[in-house]
Amino acid sequence: MSAVDGEPVPMTAKRRGAQLAMLAFAVLIVMAAYASVGLGIDKKIPSGMLTYGLGLGGLMLAAYLVLAKFAPWADPLLLPLVTLVNGLGLVMIYRIEQTGQAGASATNQLMWTALGVVMFSATLIVLKDHRALQRLTYTAGFVGVGLLVLPLLPFIGKEINGARIWIGIGGFTIQPAEFAKLALVVFFAGYLVAKRDVLALAGRRLLFIDLPRARDLGPVLITWAVSLGVLVMQKDLGSSLLLFGAFIAMLYIATQRTSWVLIGVLLFVGGAILAGQVFSHVHDRFEVFLDPQDPALYDRPFGGSYQLLQGLFGIGSGGILGTGLGQGHPKLIPLSFSDFIFAATGEELGLTGLMALLMVYALIVQRGLRTALAARDPFSKLLAGGLAFILAWQLFIIVGGVTRLIPLTGLVTPFMSAGGSALLANWMLIALLVRMSDAARRPPPQAIQDEGLTQVMQR
Amino acid sequence: MNGTLKRVAIACLVMFGLLMANVTYLGTVKAEELRTDSRNARAFYARYAVDRGWITADDGKTTLAKTVDTGDPTYRFARQYPLGKPFAHVVGYFAPENSTGIEGAERRFLDGSHPDLIVRRAVDLVSGKPAKGASVDLTLNTKAQQLAYKDLASTGKRGAVVALNPKTGAILTMVSVPSYDPNPLALADKAKVNKAYNKLDKDDQKPLLNRAINLTYAPGSTFKTVTSAAFFSDDGSRNADTTVDAPDALPLPGTTIALHNYHGESCGGQATMVEALTISCNTPFAKIGMDLGYDKMKEQAAKFGIGAPLSIPLLVTPSDIGPDEGKAALAKTSIGQQSNQMTPLQMAMVAAGIANQGTVMKPYLVNKIVGPDGGEIDSTRPDELSEAVTPEVAAELTKMMTNVVQHGTGTAAQLPGITVAGKTGTAETAPGKPSHAWFIAFAPVEDPKVAVAVFVESGSAGNDATGGQVAAPIAHDVMQAVLGQ
Repeated sequence: MSAVDGEPVPMTAKRRGAQLAMLAFAVLIVMAAYASVGLGIDKKIPSGMLTYGLGLGGLMLAAYLVLAKFAPWADPLLLPLVTLVNGLGLVMIYRIEQTGQAGASATNQLMWTALGVVMFSATLIVLKDHRALQRLTYTAGFVGVGLLVLPLLPFIGKEINGARIWIGIGGFTIQPAEFAKLALVVFFAGYLVAKRDVLALAGRRLLFIDLPRARDLGPVLITWAVSLGVLVMQKDLGSSLLLFGAFIAMLYIATQRTSWVLIGVLLFVGGAILAGQVFSHVHDRFEVFLDPQDPALYDRPFGGSYQLLQGLFGIGSGGILGTGLGQGHPKLIPLSFSDFIFAATGEELGLTGLMALLMVYALIVQRGLRTALAARDPFSKLLAGGLAFILAWQLFIIVGGVTRLIPLTGLVTPFMSAGGSALLANWMLIALLVRMSDAARRPPPQAIQDEGLTQVMQR
Repeated sequence: MNGTLKRVAIACLVMFGLLMANVTYLGTVKAEELRTDSRNARAFYARYAVDRGWITADDGKTTLAKTVDTGDPTYRFARQYPLGKPFAHVVGYFAPENSTGIEGAERRFLDGSHPDLIVRRAVDLVSGKPAKGASVDLTLNTKAQQLAYKDLASTGKRGAVVALNPKTGAILTMVSVPSYDPNPLALADKAKVNKAYNKLDKDDQKPLLNRAINLTYAPGSTFKTVTSAAFFSDDGSRNADTTVDAPDALPLPGTTIALHNYHGESCGGQATMVEALTISCNTPFAKIGMDLGYDKMKEQAAKFGIGAPLSIPLLVTPSDIGPDEGKAALAKTSIGQQSNQMTPLQMAMVAAGIANQGTVMKPYLVNKIVGPDGGEIDSTRPDELSEAVTPEVAAELTKMMTNVVQHGTGTAAQLPGITVAGKTGTAETAPGKPSHAWFIAFAPVEDPKVAVAVFVESGSAGNDATGGQVAAPIAHDVMQAVLGQ
């Protein structure tokens, strides 16, 4: 495989002015949404609008300046898009806080957003060349698995809402799986770039698919086991599905072998069915998915369909245009500020708002995948592709779960849900994509003309 | 790797496509079901976010149901019924989970969701104002209604009073006793409302039932007007002076028993129709019914609207003369017994049909709908329901009924200076149990403005307490109240 597939990307403009304008536009939309919440609740512009709006604007200006200095060729759309969803998440949490739902705090979320921007900036400043990560492949792997295991340790591990996915440090609780996600994608990318030729070797041909050699199945089996381990030990269906799906997708990108995907899907479905029969909490999720309107499931105190159905009621009541910000009843949906923020948004912004939101997410993913296509080395391609995919996959798992497209497994909605760990990790994810898009879009150094036949190919 | 990356991009596209399709499905196709699910408390909150239209009477001058802005953001608008009990069955109540009476039947206008109000609603939506419904003005004459309720309640019995404008079908009075206070049922508190409702529901007196339209009773002798109508319509040469057989005992075919007049009184073997109705003989009408046959009786009954479902817009339980059970049964049916079951509204329609030269007008409660901005959206145009009898037959019946009030069993309904036509009824319920008392009437005979039916359940104590003594005075008061204006 050559280093540069297809035609070279012709785009070389930095488009920084456009980026700044779009950033301002995103902040403006968020401020208008704040005003709308206040007008919806008590016909007054909320006093905090300027604080929140200028706070967000200031943060994003800082992020922009760092980006402009340290990654001037970066994709101009990524930062404004992320600003928009992060800001709308803040508005929704602020709105839910107004209803008095316990746990919703816009101030906390703004603080975490600030920290997220710090992480974003730090990543850009420290990581001058993302290929340095390739050298850290196995380190990243150990860190990732270590982070996953952390909540299982005594003393620091915490079980909240039935899932043991938290650790407590000082007064904070952290969800290490969110950071593990990043470390493991880095590990997968490094490992697969090194081993893809071996993995792509054909074994035997069965019917119409090429089966890999038995010994090459090792890494797949190990990842499968780790995913199932997470599922079983921490009762965290979401993270388990997230990691396994991301691994299979990256395996496919690296090896171009459909058989890996089929084997992976079969393994996961088999594991899920087994888990469904062995573990009651997995079984409950399936039951609820199949018929959430069943009164018996609705009234069941634990593992029932109450939350899912209340979320669906919210989306249904929102209809096409929604009730308008500040005029719905998000308090009726348990955890409307975290896992179910999508349903709460659906109630107030309606189908129209949800479509726009999904479109913004789709654009972020598209920018990530575009970075992968434009990247010049296999590691960057795999890493950017993996990060973009995991974002799309995470959104699919949680939004699909909340809207009853697939069984519900708890995950945060990236950038929107309340929660510091996810916000920090996802801002770092965006920083990595920005760093890689900068490298991909930077014009290659000009070849020295006089060198003639002895010219060294730029790699 | 670009090939596989592109395929992964397509997979992401599919995932977003699926999410969007599913959200669209939830927000459109499934939205109504989710919105109206009884477990969705939003539907409950939404009921109190609408500035519901008022329910009025007397051309908007009297308020029967009003909306009060409480300022509470969750349950902003509260519903109140200032006149309470006398109007409860007609107006209904606006409860957390349902609504009854006019509140239920006209809810689309009252809460502003009716298609005729859609422009107005869109304006409210855009301007951020709470949705405002249209007001419903009823045909009720509140003075007559309150008087009817007071009179009927003072008997201590259950019963109903219905008064109609015979020329239009407008319902001027509709009272059912016992009644209830609708205010505790219209609170925005499910627990309190359920408690109040269950108490009323378990009450032996069944105060929640609207006896005027939803329960049927044997009409007794008031039904002889229908039998007479069938008799006259069958042969154009018959009139009020036609002589008919009036034996003291009428043997019932196929049985060993005979039908007697009330308390074995004699009607002299033969009587004119007007005499027979005036003292309410049983045997002539029983014999007329038997001679005409079931089909002709049924046909005449149907012409008065008996048997057809009716929406005024409250749903009226259809009245029925019962199935064809042979000659002996038909004899009893013809004098308002056996399986013959009428609503008080139906008997008022019989009186109104005779009053209106044989034409029964469709009864209605809603006078007009007035939009939130005060403009009239809709008003009811009187509509003919059926041609019950010819004007000639109606005139003969009127002559007979006038005689009843002047010289017969209905003297208690006489009004000074006004000619009243009427017919009493005493329906046996079960041996040894008190009979039902009935009275139907209309006035003034020359130019009828009100037709009324009064029904008092178990209102006749033992012996000769006919409808004339219990029911006719109430009819007197109601007619006076209507005509006095």
